Amino acid sequence: MRYNEKELQALSRQPADLAAELGMRGPKKGSVVKRRLVKLVVNFLFYFRTDEAEPVGALLLEHCRVTHEEPTGFSISFIEDPERKYHFECCSEEQCQEWMGALRRASYEFMRRSVIFYRNEIQKMTGKDPLEQFGISEEARFQLSGLKA
Amino acid sequence: MKLNERSLAFYATCDAPVDNAGFLHKKGGRHAAYHRRWFVLRGNMLFYFEEPGSREPVGVIILEGCTVELVEAAEEFAFAVRFAGARVRTYVLAAESQAAMEGWVKALSRASFDYLRLVVRELEQQLAAMRAGGCPPPPCRPRALLPKENGCAVWSAETPAAPTGASPRARPGPEPPPLPPRRRASAPNGPLDSASFAQLHELYGQEVRALRSQWLRSRAQP
Repeated sequence: MRYNEKELQALSRQPADLAAELGMRGPKKGSVVKRRLVKLVVNFLFYFRTDEAEPVGALLLEHCRVTHEEPTGFSISFIEDPERKYHFECCSEEQCQEWMGALRRASYEFMRRSVIFYRNEIQKMTGKDPLEQFGISEEARFQLSGLKA
Repeated sequence: MKLNERSLAFYATCDAPVDNAGFLHKKGGRHAAYHRRWFVLRGNMLFYFEEPGSREPVGVIILEGCTVELVEAAEEFAFAVRFAGARVRTYVLAAESQAAMEGWVKALSRASFDYLRLVVRELEQQLAAMRAGGCPPPPCRPRALLPKENGCAVWSAETPAAPTGASPRARPGPEPPPLPPRRRASAPNGPLDSASFAQLHELYGQEVRALRSQWLRSRAQP
């Protein structure tokens, strides 16, 4: 699949929502743990060799599952291939929880559900649609019907 | 750069509703011909397929950080998706009607994750203010503190991962998201954090107004 790599590289240079040096192990059998600078920017997780400016790779975080891996690690897998896991090792339980929380919220689809939820709540409390004042209440992306059951 | 392309392809073709879809003509390169492709906008990703039934996209334009503009082009109903950078990179696209073009420009201008995040934050603050008592504040500078508690029992910082993927819900309607992370002074914040949602919305609004007047002017010409 073609994609605009230059723009993705530029995105990897944006200020991170979360960044840390973590141990990382790829999904292939027999892969070893490597130290990587891991950087969360919008709905992408970039990983760099610790001394390089360009990322080795990026993971789009839509439809991913984040699982705790004992003792202080977590893994990311994707809905279309749940056995294929990217493993990460943190230095503490606290760091692990911080990353897991951030990654679970780092998807466009999560943000979309949040908007719909808040919109619904505010509408229930006030009878008014809070998106109207911003002129975006008709946007397809914010409709309640857009949620899967 | 490695990229989880299989996951990207899944996101392109999964059966959730899309944010916009339709035929667009895409210019191959600066002096290349236009190709007619089936475009699907989902989130901040603009996928394009050979045709509507295709199983996998030909490609994707990652939209984060782009601006959308009208352009002078031989093709009617043309617009551009532009990326700033050391070398400005532009995708010229052409819709098949005026209405389709306007729909695409509107949808693409608001497709960024950053924009959505601002909307979420604004609504979070409104809801928190309302629950604390009093009327919702008019859109203004974001507050420094995020709510620590919302008094709603269904919300918890860690939702347990259900093995079947379906989580039980106490009440109907969309599942409430977990609490947002508490802001720490030391945590890096993006540049957009310093702009209030109202400011950013005004910025986008200016762009849209500029586009509209451009279009109206071009319509007025014989």
